[in-house]
Amino acid sequence: MTRVAVTVNGEPRDADVEPRTLLVYLIRDDFALTGTNVGCDTSSCGSCTVLLDGESVKSCTLLALQADGRSVTTIEGLADGESLHPLQDAFHRNHGLQCGFCTPGMIMAAVSFLRENPSPTEEDIREGLEGNLCRCTGYENIVRSVADAAGSLRSTP
Amino acid sequence: MIPAAFEYTRAEDVDHALEALSADPGAKLLAGGHSLLPLMKLRFARPSMLVDIGRLTELSYVERRDDHITIGALTRHHDLANDPVLQRDCPIVADAASTIGDPQVRHVGTIGGSLAHADPASDLPAVMLALEATFVIRSAGGTERLVPAGEFFKGLFTADLEHTEILTQVRVPVLSGGWSFIKFTRRAQDWALVGVAAVAGPQAVSVALANMGQTPIRARAVEARLAAGDAPAIAALQADQDTAPPSDAFGDAGYRRELAKVLVARALTEALG
Repeated sequence: MTRVAVTVNGEPRDADVEPRTLLVYLIRDDFALTGTNVGCDTSSCGSCTVLLDGESVKSCTLLALQADGRSVTTIEGLADGESLHPLQDAFHRNHGLQCGFCTPGMIMAAVSFLRENPSPTEEDIREGLEGNLCRCTGYENIVRSVADAAGSLRSTP
Repeated sequence: MIPAAFEYTRAEDVDHALEALSADPGAKLLAGGHSLLPLMKLRFARPSMLVDIGRLTELSYVERRDDHITIGALTRHHDLANDPVLQRDCPIVADAASTIGDPQVRHVGTIGGSLAHADPASDLPAVMLALEATFVIRSAGGTERLVPAGEFFKGLFTADLEHTEILTQVRVPVLSGGWSFIKFTRRAQDWALVGVAAVAGPQAVSVALANMGQTPIRARAVEARLAAGDAPAIAALQADQDTAPPSDAFGDAGYRRELAKVLVARALTEALG
């Protein structure tokens, strides 16, 4: 077993893991943060997306050890107390989900994407979310939610 | 899916990584891991030891030299895509990198990992072939050898890399002429059914194909026709010469042969336009 220490949603956490432990299982099983889902398990669907040092990554295709000493943000780390993150709020208001399974990954991918491109076109948003699959919505309300959130994020410093 | 058990070493520098490789014939290098970990999860790869070189930040850089650009092997696709030197002086690399996988993959995957993996369907190997890039390969004691991209890809997932060697740097030319990178996919984030990289150099046009055989392939017959003065649309009809495209669920070999001709014609129009 190897000790891995990660800052998760601002809190220092550690665990003893086998080297083969994937980051997503460190997050779900060791840290009991089950908002991050495992979907395809082949780095295609994006359900397991978290931020690693602020950038979106697929946590099913990283070893926990690759995150050692680094900062991880999961869906649980976005809201400020009772106050939703602008992307969570936008998905809520625009009905950007149906079953909700893809939603944590979709929102984390969108957080990273809007940091890189704060003023996206609709096409930019669709390309920016190409790493995330949704089998319910047809994407229309997801794209609408991200565009809406981009507006809110731009207007709040 | 969880990979089979393995030992793990985090390399402190290139020499440390080379030592760790020498110590275990079953060891594999881990860069971003976005080619290796999926193989390990499916048990297609079962290394006894992973030597993690992912933290060697000294291998992540893009630098302009006189007539070429050096790229550190651990430069991520995201960094290639957004690098101002590449965007200005060798835009085909930035452009191709911006289309690899998806944003999450580009935040982790590296140029060296992609090239060493030698997947003939990958984007960067074909681009490197068209650019006539040079790869710097280091072994113990600081020994380096230079391998032209044209000699590096030996077969399916097989590169000219010994177990005790590390690809450390990629050298690409500064481009002055036109270029094009086109890949055809059925869905977002798919591998190219066929990909084409075309580079118009001072003397000649070079064209390389992705996913048309066991390695990335230079379209020599197209290049020869262009050199002989044929129009691009005519030359492009030779695009499937000396190729051996695969048949799979996304398209059969015959479809790929026709697709290669169409895409090469488009790429030449773009590169020479």
